Amino acid sequence: MNSIPIEYYLILSAFMFTVGVTGVLIRRNAIVIFMCVELMLNSANLTMVAFSSYLGQSAGQIFVFFVMTVAAAEAAVGLAIIIAIFRNKLTVNIDEINIFKW
Amino acid sequence: MDASLLTENLSYILPEIVISAALIIIVLFDLIFHNDKRIIPYLAVAGLAVAGFFIIDQFSFEGSAFATSSSANNFGMITVDNFGSFFKLFVVCVSILIVFFSFSSEEIQKTFDRLGEYYALIFGMILGMIILVSASDLILIYLALELLSLSSYVLAGFTKLRDRNSEASLKYLIFGGVSSGLMLFGISIIYGMTGTTNLYLINPLLQAPNLNLITVSFAMILIFTGIGYKISSAPFHFWTPDVYEGAPIVITAFLSVASKAAGFALLIRLIKTTFVTFTSPDGYWQLINAFDWQALLIIISIFTMTLGNFTALWQNNLKRMLAYSSIAHAGYLLLGLVVMSDQGLTAILIYFVFYALMNLGAFYIIMLIANKTGSEEIDDYTGLGSAAPFLGVSLAIFLVSLTGLPPTAGFIGKLYIFIALVDAKMIAVAIIALLNTVVSLYYYVRVLKHMYLQKSDSPKDAILPSTGQILFILILLVPTLLFGVYFTPIVTFAKNSISLLGF
Repeated sequence: MNSIPIEYYLILSAFMFTVGVTGVLIRRNAIVIFMCVELMLNSANLTMVAFSSYLGQSAGQIFVFFVMTVAAAEAAVGLAIIIAIFRNKLTVNIDEINIFKW
Repeated sequence: MDASLLTENLSYILPEIVISAALIIIVLFDLIFHNDKRIIPYLAVAGLAVAGFFIIDQFSFEGSAFATSSSANNFGMITVDNFGSFFKLFVVCVSILIVFFSFSSEEIQKTFDRLGEYYALIFGMILGMIILVSASDLILIYLALELLSLSSYVLAGFTKLRDRNSEASLKYLIFGGVSSGLMLFGISIIYGMTGTTNLYLINPLLQAPNLNLITVSFAMILIFTGIGYKISSAPFHFWTPDVYEGAPIVITAFLSVASKAAGFALLIRLIKTTFVTFTSPDGYWQLINAFDWQALLIIISIFTMTLGNFTALWQNNLKRMLAYSSIAHAGYLLLGLVVMSDQGLTAILIYFVFYALMNLGAFYIIMLIANKTGSEEIDDYTGLGSAAPFLGVSLAIFLVSLTGLPPTAGFIGKLYIFIALVDAKMIAVAIIALLNTVVSLYYYVRVLKHMYLQKSDSPKDAILPSTGQILFILILLVPTLLFGVYFTPIVTFAKNSISLLGF
């Protein structure tokens, strides 16, 4: 079978990871930041699955299942917290969430 | 897996099972008997006491459970050893203190109808921590870290009606999510290079000659991001002051002691099982040539304590000042790891015991004062020395101990770290740490100056703690003073607790 070489997967996942990190750094909406964090987690997932298939063993794919579950839990907690802050401040723009300053 | 093997494996994780069972019991009890919430804290203490009993039972016992393959010389996902048991016991003891801590907290008592949720989340944190300190598999490490983080995000914003709370929670969540994402990417690279997630199996694979060292270093820096965030070392400390200031004081105290200890335990286990080839007879660890942990940790620890101490100088909120002081303490603790020796590890364990006593004590008194005055600003502490004599003297002793002056426990903790540094011939690092301690004296003593030397414009109401509160303070205060002069038991205990499975 003529399969896609592993480098392609790794380049794609590195790209996704970069997009995620950049998004966290430059976006100002808490929900978009959250989506970017999910993108980072998913790029790690893609790396893991690619390596797992390349090495011919299953540990990486099992890991991915756990990561997806954790990511779902994190999204639930995260959205709940964002709703709590929206009720208090009526905004989710993190530039305006600034009671604390150094 | 046959039945006897399963029973044996399960017997290794008895403390974890007890904590999980207690968590379920608390949730169910809260659901079924929602009029008897007063009993829940006692249930929590009982669960912790049983778990503590099983942990003590496991001392001086080594083993590894849940191996993924049945070949010889294989290690499972969970290791039981003295090092892990020490930190589990530490976490459980701190948690018991935190339960009593919560009794006096007005912030928590105001949300009395959600007490069941509160303790369920506390137990989520405890479970995450005690799994974290004994996990030896990257999958389990990630899961335990996330369990700990998710519970603490919610707890940081537990009294959600206040702005400060939810802001602390959101900041904690964003920083936590990003650093766990970075860590996960590092883990995925390590998995790709070695083909395994078990720390013990990674060790020999990292010694392969054709390994790409740049990639290993990159992955390790990413993994360190996740741990550095937990122990709040610079440059991953940005969440610390905000979260510590915004969260309920009980949670701040818990995060600054227990969660930090769990992070350190993870860092030590990671370095020692994956990067140390052997321990030389005089106790120094020989690192694999793959990644220079020592250089990285020296830079980070000096950076961490200098930044923590100097930023604490101009804080006006006492909670925020203690947050920066806890960053500085993470720096001191990292110094014990920098020397990469058994002596340094002993110093870390000793320091943690003393740090827990004095930090919990300081936070407890700040909470009692804030319950009455509703303020944590240092300016509002003016004249408190005469309004609350007992609290004032106790806070003074805890702060002096945090500085590291004799005859308090904090001095002994710092002394052991400095001795380890000097013995490892890192005189320059020791001098920098010493200068940092001098700087820290200024901001701790500033609080005392406000309490005792400055006259307040308006007379303050006297703050009289109840008998139970005085008792709790004494439980923390007496050891802080006692261990300053008689510290042999703790040193012996720490020396017996540094053995990791396989080393």
